[in-house]
Amino acid sequence: MRKLLLQNGWRSPLTLPAPAPSESALTELGAKVDRAARRRLGRSLAIREVDAGSCNGCELEIHALNNAFYDLERFGFHFVASPRHADVLLVTGPVTVNMREALERTYAATPDPKWVVAVGDCGRNGGVFAGGYACVGGVAEVIPVDLHIPGCPPNPMQLLEGLLALLQVVR
Amino acid sequence: MSATNTNSALLTVLGVGHLVTGHRPWLRFVVTAETWNVLLAGLAKSRWSLLGLWGEPGMVHLAAHEFETGTPGIASLPCSAGEFPSVGRWHPPAQRLERAIADLVGLQPAAGPDLRPWLDHGCWPLRHPLGSPTAPAEALPPYPFLPTEGESLHQIPVGPVHAGIIEPGHFRFTANGEAVVRLEERLGYVHKGIESLLNGASLERAARLVGRVSGDSTVAYALAFARAVEAATETEIPARAHWLRALMAELERLANHCGDIGAICNDAAFALMLAHCAVLRERVLRASAACFGHRLLMDCVVPGGVTVDLPADGVPILRALLAEMRRAFPPLVELYDNTASLQDRAANTGTLNPTLVQQFGCGGVIGRAAGRAFDARREPGYPPYDQLEFEVPVRRESDVNARVWIRIREVEQSLALIEGILERLPSGPVHGALNQSGRLVEGMALVEGFRGDILVWLRLAADGTVARCHPRDPSWFQWPLLEAAIEGNIVADFPLCNKSFNCSYSGHDL
Ligand code: SF4
Repeated sequence: MRKLLLQNGWRSPLTLPAPAPSESALTELGAKVDRAARRRLGRSLAIREVDAGSCNGCELEIHALNNAFYDLERFGFHFVASPRHADVLLVTGPVTVNMREALERTYAATPDPKWVVAVGDCGRNGGVFAGGYACVGGVAEVIPVDLHIPGCPPNPMQLLEGLLALLQVVR
Repeated sequence: MSATNTNSALLTVLGVGHLVTGHRPWLRFVVTAETWNVLLAGLAKSRWSLLGLWGEPGMVHLAAHEFETGTPGIASLPCSAGEFPSVGRWHPPAQRLERAIADLVGLQPAAGPDLRPWLDHGCWPLRHPLGSPTAPAEALPPYPFLPTEGESLHQIPVGPVHAGIIEPGHFRFTANGEAVVRLEERLGYVHKGIESLLNGASLERAARLVGRVSGDSTVAYALAFARAVEAATETEIPARAHWLRALMAELERLANHCGDIGAICNDAAFALMLAHCAVLRERVLRASAACFGHRLLMDCVVPGGVTVDLPADGVPILRALLAEMRRAFPPLVELYDNTASLQDRAANTGTLNPTLVQQFGCGGVIGRAAGRAFDARREPGYPPYDQLEFEVPVRRESDVNARVWIRIREVEQSLALIEGILERLPSGPVHGALNQSGRLVEGMALVEGFRGDILVWLRLAADGTVARCHPRDPSWFQWPLLEAAIEGNIVADFPLCNKSFNCSYSGHDL
């Protein structure tokens, strides 16, 4: 283990430079945040991820945000285990009917001020799963959404651009 | 294909039934209740294993696989009275499948041992979406968990929303102090109604849907769907397409195994492995995106072939990936092997009885870590794996450690396979037109995903659209075994055991 750790000391970091915040996300977010909330949150945002019926593809890319290439924590974001600790809900999936209540309760358990980011084409409008008996179709049908990050799944850079836009507005 | 194997006891049993024409590549028979019961007795005696059990209005289908001859066969039982003799009564692996049939199609397993709903949580606007849908007459009663009695037992309910970035499901632990006495799973939260969305879908839309049954296995699912369509329509696809599909499938296996090895170690509080394995996983995804335009390779495999050819710089990109993996992976294996604290957590944890593994026909890493060598790439097999040399690693300890080692060995095998594919990749087109049969045809395929064998069965209408399609995730035969594996372990080891299984919620809930 020592050798591995030492080698890592020499190597240059894998982490990529930060992308610019997404323009479209900034526009979507623009009107929605008040100044008081910004001051209270400072530079750090706690994210609670909620799978509301995703195929797991979006989760894989959200996971990737934590790897050395994207290193989400350097921007002050971190994933938390409970909605009670969260500022942001990152919601994936077409919201299955069977997950609707769990999503509502997670939202209710998140203290104000809070933001909801709907991830993926499913999170926007149900994506390929829209139209059946088993999906509500879109996170905004169930809880208020501040930002959509489209893609199937959005890649980590797209996720990062969206989240950075959120951070800029919140700051 | 072994469809005409005359030594097969399974086919001898099925053969008294009425052979359905236009079902390929394996045979499907419409059988009587008598034959059905003989079939169930064979399952109970482990003469064959259950590959799948699904329904449609008025009919249940059972796919079985015979060990000795490797022959799959399908039995279809008409159920005019709205019920069928319970399979789960004799063969526990079928219990959840028949509960799902009762929920979705409305056919009841007569004398079934467990008649509680499974996927239907009482929230849908209708009942029996795949049968004759009706508005729910009354609300379902609260889900009755199995009772537990005993002194000083306590219950820990977990989920559906979990602490990590993982899929939703509910776990009900009954514990005695630290030790888990029983785990009961409650799944179905991510049921998206995919089978009903598939009814009447065009092949293009259906391929996209089946490719999203479980996003981590998108290549394997799309491949199983494509192979079932090609079997049904008797279409031969270009050789290069077979090889590119295998290339994509091995990239998918590589990425997922790297991610899993890191995640398992992380759940044993060894974050260093996660950090390094996550980098390897990212490198595989980047190479995949550079070669085929999508990090997870979604929508790349379609009926008829693949949608993207390997670009001119694809071979050097993949060779560089192989070189990097071969440089970076062995030190991680060594680290895993030589870190006593990690070994302490992984060895002898979550041990699963190999007899259960055989009984459940449990595939993938979990099966192979318990001595069950089944790998769909070998048997029944599909191109180009018949022309490639590879080993199917098997261990017998059946604990978390063995599951990690199977993944490690499979990473090495996938690297060798990718190398072999790059060396021998035939030239030519990557997509061909499907035969238009102009009548009703049926097909089935079995494909080895990173998690185990995926089954897709389908019926195509005369106009080429999907009349009925049933994708069966390997997790159906793995989830129940997690309940067995955790018994007697401490609660704190559950995440570790769960991650070493890494069953799919989405693939199971469908
Ligand atoms: S947007 Fe795509 S990747 Fe994300 S959950 Fe939906 S189908 Fe899966």
